[in-house]
Amino acid sequence: MTFRGEARLWIAQRASAAVLAVCVAVHLVTIVYAVRSGLTAAEILQRTRGSIAWFAFYSLFVLAVTVHAPIGLRSVLSEWLGWRGRARDFALLLFAAFLGWTGMRAVLGVFA
Amino acid sequence: MARDLKVSVWRGGADGAFQSFDVPREASQTVLDVVTHIQRALDPTLAYRFACRVGMCGSCAMMVNGVPRWTCRTHVDKVAQQDELTIGPLRNLPIIRDLVTDMREFFDKWARAKGEFRGHATRKDDFAKVRPDSPPRVQANAGIECIGCAVCYAACDVVAWNPQYLGPAALNRAWTLVKDERDRGGLERLRAVAGDAGCHACHSHVSCTERCPKKLSPTAAIAGLKREVTKAVLHGDL
Repeated sequence: MTFRGEARLWIAQRASAAVLAVCVAVHLVTIVYAVRSGLTAAEILQRTRGSIAWFAFYSLFVLAVTVHAPIGLRSVLSEWLGWRGRARDFALLLFAAFLGWTGMRAVLGVFA
Repeated sequence: MARDLKVSVWRGGADGAFQSFDVPREASQTVLDVVTHIQRALDPTLAYRFACRVGMCGSCAMMVNGVPRWTCRTHVDKVAQQDELTIGPLRNLPIIRDLVTDMREFFDKWARAKGEFRGHATRKDDFAKVRPDSPPRVQANAGIECIGCAVCYAACDVVAWNPQYLGPAALNRAWTLVKDERDRGGLERLRAVAGDAGCHACHSHVSCTERCPKKLSPTAAIAGLKREVTKAVLHGDL
C-alpha cells in the first residue's frame, strides 16, 4: 500500500478510536443503569424497539468497530505473524464485513 | 572494593555465546572500564567499539543486563545486580563479532528518512534569521542533540517486529528537519517517513524515550511527524 493509503488508514483508526471512546462509555453506563434499575429484557426491548436514537447510536458503534478493529489487526498480523500484502488486506476486508454484518444483525435484533 | 565482578560477555557472531570473566571492582567504574579491563588484561581478542569515553560520540552502546545503554557513562554501581553484569551487542542490529554490531542499516535508515538538510540559499544570501524562541525552533531543538548511539533502535520492539521500520533515531532526525525553517525537504521527507515502515508503525511504547541517554523524546518527534503527515493528507498535499 502507498504511504498515502497507510496514512489514511492511520487517520481512520484514530478517528474511529475517538468515536469508540464515547460509544463504549455510553454503552457501559447504559448497561450499569439498566442492571441497577432492575430492567427486564422485555422492558429493555420495549425501550429500544423503534427507537431511532438507539438505532443510530449502535449503528455508529458498529461502524466504528468495523473500521477500527481490522486496521489494528492488520498491524498484529504483520508484526507478529509476518503476514503482509494483498492477501492479508483482502482477509481483513472479509473480517470487516463479518464484523459489520454480525454487528448490524444484533442492532436490528433489538430495534426491529 | 576488593570483591570481583562476575561479567558475562558475548563472544562470537550471531551463533556465539556468553563467556565469563572476573573483573576487579574499582571506584567510579563504568561498564566501558569493565570491557576495557577485559580486553587489556584478560583477553586481547575481545572486539568492542568506543571513541570519546565522555558521552559525545555514540560509539560504545551495548546491552547491559538486557538493557541498551551508553557504557562510557553507565556506572557499574548503578547497574550491577549482586556483583554480576551481562554485556552483549546492541539488539536489532547484526553482530559482526563480540560486542561490535554492523551499524549500516541503522544509518542507511537515516538516509531513507531523508535525514539530510536540504538548503536553498547560496553563499550570496544573507544568514537565515531563525528566532530561537519560535515554536518550530523550540521543537527542533528538543531533538537535535542525538549522538547516533542506536540505544533507541535497540530498545524499540517495533524494529524487532518490522525490520523495515525506520526506527526512532531516523524519524527523530527527520522531525528536526521538518521543523527547520531553512530546510526545503518538505513533502518529499513526509512521504519518506509516512506509512508502515515510518512513523505510522510506531505504537508509542516509549522505550526509545525511556532509554535515550541524552534524554530526548523520539516518541514526541514521531507523534509530531504523524501530525504533519495527517495535515498534509487532509490538505491533499500528499
